[in-house]
Amino acid sequence: METNTRIILICSGKGGVGKTTLTANLGIALARQGVCTAVLDADFGLRNLDLLLGLENRIVYTAQEVLEETCRLDQALVKHKQEPNLSLMPAGNPRMLDWLKPKDMQRIVDMLSEKFDYVLIDCPAGVEDGFRNAVAASKEAIVVTNPEVSAVRDADRVIGLLNTHGVKPVQLVLNRVRPKMIASQEMLSVDDVTDILALPLLGLVIEDEQVIVSTNRGEPLTLTGGNSPAARCYSNIARRLQGEEIPLIDPSKQGSGVRDKLKRLMQTKIF
Amino acid sequence: MTLRDIIFKLLGRQKTSASTARERLQLVLAHDRCDLSPELLDQMRREILDVVAKYVEIDIEEGAVSLETEDRMTALVANLPIKRSLVTTSSDNDETAS
Ligand SMILES: Nc1ncnc2c1ncn2[C@@H]1O[C@H](COP(=O)(O)OP(=O)(O)OP(=O)(O)O)[C@@H](O)[C@H]1O
Ligand SMILES: [Mg+2]
Repeated sequence: METNTRIILICSGKGGVGKTTLTANLGIALARQGVCTAVLDADFGLRNLDLLLGLENRIVYTAQEVLEETCRLDQALVKHKQEPNLSLMPAGNPRMLDWLKPKDMQRIVDMLSEKFDYVLIDCPAGVEDGFRNAVAASKEAIVVTNPEVSAVRDADRVIGLLNTHGVKPVQLVLNRVRPKMIASQEMLSVDDVTDILALPLLGLVIEDEQVIVSTNRGEPLTLTGGNSPAARCYSNIARRLQGEEIPLIDPSKQGSGVRDKLKRLMQTKIF
Repeated sequence: MTLRDIIFKLLGRQKTSASTARERLQLVLAHDRCDLSPELLDQMRREILDVVAKYVEIDIEEGAVSLETEDRMTALVANLPIKRSLVTTSSDNDETAS
Protein backbone atom coordinates (compact mmCIF):
# COMPACT_ATOMS: atom_id res chain seq x y z
CA MET A 1 0.00 0.00 0.00
CA GLU A 2 1.29 3.43 -0.98
CA THR A 3 1.09 6.11 1.67
CA ASN A 4 2.57 9.57 1.97
CA THR A 5 4.68 8.44 4.88
CA ARG A 6 8.26 9.56 4.63
CA ILE A 7 10.43 6.51 5.06
CA ILE A 8 13.96 7.69 5.67
CA LEU A 9 17.02 5.48 6.00
CA ILE A 10 19.76 6.87 8.22
CA CYS A 11 22.97 5.22 7.05
CA SER A 12 26.70 5.82 6.76
CA GLY A 13 28.77 2.84 5.68
CA LYS A 14 31.37 3.41 8.36
CA GLY A 15 30.43 2.57 11.94
CA GLY A 16 30.30 4.98 14.84
CA VAL A 17 29.77 8.19 12.89
CA GLY A 18 26.53 9.14 14.66
CA LYS A 19 23.59 7.41 12.93
CA THR A 20 21.82 6.27 16.06
CA THR A 21 22.34 9.60 17.83
CA LEU A 22 20.88 11.41 14.82
CA THR A 23 17.92 9.02 14.60
CA ALA A 24 17.07 9.52 18.27
CA ASN A 25 17.40 13.30 18.14
CA LEU A 26 15.49 13.67 14.88
CA GLY A 27 12.75 11.38 16.15
CA ILE A 28 12.24 13.49 19.25
CA ALA A 29 12.53 16.79 17.35
CA LEU A 30 9.95 15.73 14.77
CA ALA A 31 7.61 14.48 17.49
CA ARG A 32 7.91 17.84 19.23
CA GLN A 33 6.88 19.50 16.00
CA GLY A 34 3.70 17.47 16.22
CA VAL A 35 4.34 14.86 13.55
CA CYS A 36 3.63 11.24 14.28
CA THR A 37 7.02 9.54 14.07
CA ALA A 38 8.28 5.98 14.38
CA VAL A 39 11.94 5.09 14.75
CA LEU A 40 12.84 1.59 13.67
CA ASP A 41 15.99 -0.03 14.99
CA ALA A 42 17.31 -1.96 12.00
CA ASP A 43 20.61 -2.68 13.72
CA PHE A 44 19.63 -6.14 14.91
CA GLY A 45 23.19 -7.14 15.62
CA LEU A 46 24.09 -4.25 17.92
CA ARG A 47 20.90 -2.49 18.90
CA ASN A 48 21.25 0.80 20.76
CA LEU A 49 18.42 3.07 19.75
CA ASP A 50 16.36 1.98 22.78
CA LEU A 51 19.20 3.03 25.07
CA LEU A 52 19.71 6.43 23.48
CA LEU A 53 15.99 7.14 23.82
CA GLY A 54 15.90 5.90 27.41
CA LEU A 55 13.34 3.24 26.51
CA GLU A 56 15.40 0.11 27.20
CA ASN A 57 13.35 -0.93 30.22
CA ARG A 58 10.01 -0.63 28.51
CA ILE A 59 10.51 -3.13 25.71
CA VAL A 60 8.16 -6.10 25.85
CA TYR A 61 7.94 -7.28 22.27
CA THR A 62 10.14 -6.50 19.28
CA ALA A 63 10.07 -6.49 15.49
CA GLN A 64 10.76 -10.19 15.71
CA GLU A 65 7.43 -11.06 17.38
CA VAL A 66 5.61 -8.76 14.98
CA LEU A 67 7.11 -10.59 12.00
CA GLU A 68 6.43 -13.98 13.56
CA GLU A 69 2.87 -12.78 14.16
CA THR A 70 2.97 -13.62 17.84
CA CYS A 71 2.06 -10.03 18.73
CA ARG A 72 0.33 -7.06 17.14
CA LEU A 73 2.22 -4.04 15.85
CA ASP A 74 1.00 -1.73 18.61
CA GLN A 75 2.02 -4.22 21.30
CA ALA A 76 5.62 -4.01 20.17
CA LEU A 77 5.72 -0.24 19.67
CA VAL A 78 7.15 1.61 22.67
CA LYS A 79 5.65 5.06 23.04
CA HIS A 80 7.90 7.78 24.46
CA LYS A 81 6.44 9.11 27.71
CA GLN A 82 7.31 12.78 27.31
CA GLU A 83 6.84 12.85 23.56
CA PRO A 84 3.94 10.50 22.82
CA ASN A 85 4.15 11.38 19.12
CA LEU A 86 7.27 9.23 19.01
CA SER A 87 7.30 5.44 19.08
CA LEU A 88 10.17 2.99 18.90
CA MET A 89 10.01 -0.30 17.07
CA PRO A 90 12.75 -2.25 18.86
CA ALA A 91 15.14 -4.60 17.09
CA GLY A 92 14.67 -8.29 17.80
CA ASN A 93 17.17 -10.86 18.88
CA PRO A 94 20.45 -10.86 16.90
CA ARG A 95 19.60 -14.43 15.83
CA MET A 96 16.94 -12.85 13.61
CA LEU A 97 19.77 -12.04 11.23
CA ASP A 98 19.81 -15.71 10.20
CA TRP A 99 16.45 -15.48 8.50
CA LEU A 100 15.68 -11.79 8.05
CA LYS A 101 15.13 -10.86 4.39
CA PRO A 102 14.46 -7.53 2.62
CA LYS A 103 10.81 -8.47 2.30
CA ASP A 104 10.52 -8.84 6.09
CA MET A 105 11.84 -5.32 6.52
CA GLN A 106 9.40 -4.13 3.91
CA ARG A 107 6.51 -5.77 5.76
CA ILE A 108 7.28 -4.09 9.03
CA VAL A 109 7.80 -0.70 7.38
CA ASP A 110 4.52 -1.07 5.49
CA MET A 111 2.75 -1.67 8.79
CA LEU A 112 4.40 1.38 10.33
CA SER A 113 3.54 3.52 7.29
CA GLU A 114 -0.15 3.03 7.95
CA LYS A 115 0.13 4.66 11.35
CA PHE A 116 2.93 7.22 11.11
CA ASP A 117 3.89 10.30 9.09
CA TYR A 118 7.59 9.57 9.40
CA VAL A 119 9.48 6.30 9.72
CA LEU A 120 13.17 6.77 10.51
CA ILE A 121 15.25 3.64 10.04
CA ASP A 122 18.47 3.39 12.04
CA CYS A 123 20.71 1.40 9.69
CA PRO A 124 23.57 -0.83 10.82
CA ALA A 125 27.09 0.03 9.69
CA GLY A 126 28.51 -1.75 6.66
CA VAL A 127 27.07 -2.45 3.23
CA GLU A 128 26.18 -6.09 3.76
CA ASP A 129 22.90 -7.86 4.55
CA GLY A 130 21.79 -5.51 7.32
CA PHE A 131 22.15 -2.54 5.00
CA ARG A 132 20.51 -4.36 2.10
CA ASN A 133 17.50 -5.34 4.19
CA ALA A 134 17.06 -1.79 5.43
CA VAL A 135 17.57 -0.10 2.07
CA ALA A 136 14.92 -2.29 0.43
CA ALA A 137 12.26 -0.80 2.70
CA SER A 138 13.36 2.84 2.37
CA LYS A 139 12.20 5.62 0.10
CA GLU A 140 14.71 8.33 0.93
CA ALA A 141 17.96 8.47 2.85
CA ILE A 142 20.18 10.59 5.02
CA VAL A 143 23.87 9.73 4.77
CA VAL A 144 25.75 10.61 7.95
CA THR A 145 29.46 11.16 7.76
CA ASN A 146 32.33 12.79 9.66
CA PRO A 147 34.93 15.11 8.13
CA GLU A 148 37.48 12.30 8.00
CA VAL A 149 38.88 10.46 5.00
CA SER A 150 37.65 6.98 5.92
CA ALA A 151 34.12 8.12 6.79
CA VAL A 152 33.85 10.13 3.57
CA ARG A 153 35.12 7.26 1.47
CA ASP A 154 32.62 4.83 2.99
CA ALA A 155 29.82 7.37 2.60
CA ASP A 156 30.66 7.56 -1.09
CA ARG A 157 30.28 3.80 -1.42
CA VAL A 158 26.90 3.91 0.30
CA ILE A 159 25.71 6.78 -1.90
CA GLY A 160 26.53 4.66 -4.96
CA LEU A 161 24.48 1.77 -3.57
CA LEU A 162 21.56 4.05 -2.66
CA ASN A 163 21.56 5.34 -6.24
CA THR A 164 21.43 1.82 -7.67
CA HIS A 165 18.54 0.98 -5.34
CA GLY A 166 16.64 4.03 -6.59
CA VAL A 167 16.48 5.65 -3.16
CA LYS A 168 15.95 9.41 -3.40
CA PRO A 169 16.35 12.06 -2.32
CA VAL A 170 19.64 11.31 -0.61
CA GLN A 171 20.86 14.10 1.67
CA LEU A 172 23.98 14.58 3.73
CA VAL A 173 24.49 15.22 7.43
CA LEU A 174 28.04 16.09 8.41
CA ASN A 175 28.54 15.17 12.06
CA ARG A 176 31.26 15.97 14.62
CA VAL A 177 32.35 19.15 12.91
CA ARG A 178 35.08 21.07 14.77
CA PRO A 179 35.07 24.69 13.60
CA LYS A 180 38.50 25.44 15.06
CA MET A 181 40.15 22.57 13.22
CA ILE A 182 38.45 23.58 9.99
CA ALA A 183 39.67 27.16 10.46
CA SER A 184 43.25 25.95 10.84
CA GLN A 185 42.73 23.66 7.85
CA GLU A 186 43.42 20.51 9.79
CA MET A 187 39.92 19.19 9.06
CA LEU A 188 37.99 18.81 5.82
CA SER A 189 35.59 21.73 5.52
CA VAL A 190 31.85 21.49 4.96
CA ASP A 191 32.33 22.55 1.34
CA ASP A 192 35.09 19.99 0.83
CA VAL A 193 32.81 17.14 1.89
CA THR A 194 29.73 18.29 -0.03
CA ASP A 195 31.85 18.88 -3.14
CA ILE A 196 33.51 15.49 -2.95
CA LEU A 197 30.28 13.58 -2.28
CA ALA A 198 28.14 15.80 -4.54
CA LEU A 199 25.15 15.60 -2.21
CA PRO A 200 22.87 18.34 -0.92
CA LEU A 201 23.65 19.15 2.70
CA LEU A 202 20.72 18.65 5.06
CA GLY A 203 22.76 19.92 7.94
CA LEU A 204 25.85 19.71 10.05
CA VAL A 205 26.28 18.80 13.68
CA ILE A 206 29.00 20.37 15.78
CA GLU A 207 31.20 18.14 17.94
CA ASP A 208 29.65 18.61 21.38
CA GLU A 209 30.30 17.04 24.78
CA GLN A 210 26.63 17.41 25.60
CA VAL A 211 25.94 14.56 23.16
CA ILE A 212 27.70 12.20 25.57
CA VAL A 213 25.94 13.66 28.59
CA SER A 214 22.56 13.19 26.94
CA THR A 215 23.43 9.63 25.94
CA ASN A 216 24.35 8.86 29.55
CA ARG A 217 20.91 9.97 30.63
CA GLY A 218 18.95 8.41 27.79
CA GLU A 219 17.51 11.84 27.02
CA PRO A 220 18.27 13.06 23.50
CA LEU A 221 19.38 16.70 23.35
CA THR A 222 16.29 17.71 21.42
CA LEU A 223 14.06 16.44 24.23
CA THR A 224 14.83 19.17 26.71
CA GLY A 225 14.86 21.89 24.06
CA GLY A 226 18.30 22.73 25.39
CA ASN A 227 20.51 25.19 23.65
CA SER A 228 23.82 23.38 23.28
CA PRO A 229 25.42 23.66 19.81
CA ALA A 230 24.53 20.10 18.81
CA ALA A 231 20.95 20.47 20.12
CA ARG A 232 20.43 23.45 17.83
CA CYS A 233 21.93 21.56 14.91
CA TYR A 234 19.64 18.57 15.39
CA SER A 235 16.47 20.62 15.62
CA ASN A 236 17.47 22.64 12.56
CA ILE A 237 17.87 19.39 10.64
CA ALA A 238 14.39 18.28 11.72
CA ARG A 239 12.89 21.58 10.62
CA ARG A 240 14.64 21.41 7.25
CA LEU A 241 13.29 17.89 6.77
CA GLN A 242 9.85 19.40 7.25
CA GLY A 243 10.54 21.83 4.43
CA GLU A 244 11.39 24.91 6.48
CA GLU A 245 14.14 27.05 5.05
CA ILE A 246 16.73 27.48 7.73
CA PRO A 247 20.01 28.94 6.56
CA LEU A 248 23.03 26.71 6.95
CA ILE A 249 25.77 28.02 9.13
CA ASP A 250 29.19 27.28 7.75
CA PRO A 251 31.43 27.17 10.82
CA SER A 252 34.44 28.15 8.78
CA LYS A 253 32.66 31.34 7.71
CA GLN A 254 31.69 32.38 11.22
CA GLY A 255 33.08 35.34 13.10
CA SER A 256 33.67 38.91 11.98
CA GLY A 257 36.83 39.78 13.91
CA VAL A 258 40.12 40.51 12.18
CA ARG A 259 41.45 37.09 13.14
CA ASP A 260 38.46 35.31 11.65
CA LYS A 261 38.72 37.34 8.47
CA LEU A 262 42.40 36.55 8.17
CA LYS A 263 41.71 32.85 8.73
CA ARG A 264 39.10 32.92 5.97
CA LEU A 265 41.49 34.67 3.64
CA MET A 266 44.03 31.92 4.26
CA GLN A 267 41.41 29.35 3.24
CA THR A 268 40.76 30.96 -0.13
CA LYS A 269 41.32 28.37 -2.80
CA ILE A 270 43.84 29.65 -5.30
CA PHE A 271 43.70 26.61 -7.59
CA MET B 1 45.51 24.69 -2.96
CA THR B 2 44.78 27.51 -0.57
CA LEU B 3 46.60 30.72 0.22
CA ARG B 4 47.86 29.13 3.42
CA ASP B 5 49.28 26.19 1.47
CA ILE B 6 51.21 28.55 -0.77
CA ILE B 7 52.64 30.49 2.15
CA PHE B 8 53.50 27.23 3.86
CA LYS B 9 55.24 26.07 0.71
CA LEU B 10 57.30 29.25 0.53
CA LEU B 11 58.29 28.76 4.14
CA GLY B 12 59.11 25.14 3.48
CA ARG B 13 56.39 23.97 5.88
CA GLN B 14 54.15 21.00 5.32
CA LYS B 15 50.84 21.31 3.48
CA THR B 16 47.78 21.48 5.73
CA SER B 17 46.34 18.08 6.47
CA ALA B 18 42.91 19.09 5.15
CA SER B 19 44.26 19.69 1.68
CA THR B 20 46.19 16.42 1.76
CA ALA B 21 42.95 14.69 2.80
CA ARG B 22 41.11 16.35 -0.08
CA GLU B 23 43.65 15.22 -2.65
CA ARG B 24 43.85 11.68 -1.32
CA LEU B 25 40.08 11.34 -1.27
CA GLN B 26 39.66 12.62 -4.80
CA LEU B 27 42.12 10.04 -6.06
CA VAL B 28 40.81 7.08 -4.10
CA LEU B 29 37.18 7.87 -4.95
CA ALA B 30 37.91 8.07 -8.66
CA HIS B 31 39.13 4.48 -8.40
CA ASP B 32 36.38 3.31 -6.02
CA ARG B 33 33.63 4.72 -8.18
CA CYS B 34 34.54 2.84 -11.32
CA ASP B 35 35.72 -0.22 -9.42
CA LEU B 36 39.00 -0.34 -11.31
CA SER B 37 42.10 -1.58 -9.56
CA PRO B 38 45.45 0.14 -10.18
CA GLU B 39 46.65 -3.00 -12.02
CA LEU B 40 43.67 -2.96 -14.37
CA LEU B 41 44.09 0.74 -14.95
CA ASP B 42 47.73 0.16 -15.77
CA GLN B 43 46.87 -2.64 -18.18
CA MET B 44 44.28 -0.43 -19.83
CA ARG B 45 46.83 2.35 -20.10
CA ARG B 46 49.28 0.07 -21.86
CA GLU B 47 46.64 -1.21 -24.27
CA ILE B 48 45.44 2.29 -25.06
CA LEU B 49 49.00 3.37 -25.74
CA ASP B 50 49.47 0.35 -28.03
CA VAL B 51 46.40 1.23 -30.04
CA VAL B 52 47.29 4.89 -30.31
CA ALA B 53 50.87 4.00 -31.25
CA LYS B 54 49.54 2.25 -34.36
CA TYR B 55 48.34 5.54 -35.73
CA VAL B 56 50.62 8.19 -34.38
CA GLU B 57 54.01 8.32 -32.82
CA ILE B 58 53.54 9.38 -29.24
CA ASP B 59 55.84 10.42 -26.51
CA ILE B 60 55.42 7.44 -24.19
CA GLU B 61 57.37 9.11 -21.41
CA GLU B 62 55.11 12.13 -21.40
CA GLY B 63 51.87 10.20 -21.90
CA ALA B 64 49.45 9.85 -19.02
CA VAL B 65 46.14 8.05 -18.63
CA SER B 66 44.33 8.75 -15.40
CA LEU B 67 40.93 8.80 -13.77
CA GLU B 68 39.42 12.06 -12.68
CA THR B 69 36.18 12.53 -10.87
CA GLU B 70 33.82 15.41 -10.40
CA ASP B 71 30.18 15.48 -9.31
CA ARG B 72 30.05 11.70 -9.13
CA MET B 73 31.07 11.43 -12.80
CA THR B 74 34.34 9.66 -13.43
CA ALA B 75 36.26 10.40 -16.60
CA LEU B 76 39.14 8.57 -18.14
CA VAL B 77 41.57 11.26 -19.15
CA ALA B 78 44.36 10.51 -21.60
CA ASN B 79 47.01 13.05 -22.26
CA LEU B 80 49.17 11.76 -25.08
CA PRO B 81 51.52 14.23 -26.79
CA ILE B 82 51.72 13.30 -30.47
CA LYS B 83 55.09 13.55 -32.17
CA ARG B 84 53.89 12.79 -35.68
CA SER B 85 51.29 10.86 -37.58
CA LEU B 86 52.26 7.39 -38.85
CA VAL B 87 49.28 6.77 -41.08
CA THR B 88 48.67 8.32 -44.45
CA THR B 89 46.29 5.81 -46.05
CA SER B 90 44.08 3.07 -44.68
CA SER B 91 46.21 0.32 -46.32
CA ASP B 92 49.17 1.56 -44.35
CA ASN B 93 47.16 1.05 -41.29
CA ASP B 94 46.47 -2.63 -42.11
CA GLU B 95 50.17 -3.35 -42.37
CA THR B 96 51.08 -1.86 -39.04
CA ALA B 97 48.16 -3.61 -37.40
CA SER B 98 49.40 -7.12 -38.23
N1 LIG C 1 28.13 15.56 17.47
C1 LIG C 1 28.74 14.73 18.33
N2 LIG C 1 29.58 15.21 19.28
C2 LIG C 1 30.19 14.39 20.15
N3 LIG C 1 30.05 13.06 20.16
C3 LIG C 1 29.24 12.50 19.24
C4 LIG C 1 28.55 13.30 18.27
N4 LIG C 1 27.82 12.46 17.51
C5 LIG C 1 28.04 11.21 17.94
N5 LIG C 1 28.90 11.21 18.99
C6 LIG C 1 29.40 10.03 19.74
O1 LIG C 1 29.90 9.10 18.81
C7 LIG C 1 29.63 7.78 19.20
C8 LIG C 1 28.95 7.00 18.11
O2 LIG C 1 27.66 7.51 17.90
P1 LIG C 1 26.46 6.60 17.39
O3 LIG C 1 26.28 5.40 18.25
O4 LIG C 1 25.28 7.49 17.18
O5 LIG C 1 27.05 6.14 15.99
P2 LIG C 1 26.47 5.05 14.98
O6 LIG C 1 26.79 5.55 13.61
O7 LIG C 1 25.07 4.75 15.26
O8 LIG C 1 27.38 3.79 15.34
P3 LIG C 1 27.18 2.27 14.84
O9 LIG C 1 27.72 2.23 13.45
O10 LIG C 1 28.00 1.48 15.78
O11 LIG C 1 25.73 1.98 14.90
C9 LIG C 1 28.82 7.87 20.48
O12 LIG C 1 29.67 7.69 21.57
C10 LIG C 1 28.28 9.30 20.45
O13 LIG C 1 28.07 9.80 21.73
MG1 LIG D 1 24.12 2.85 15.63
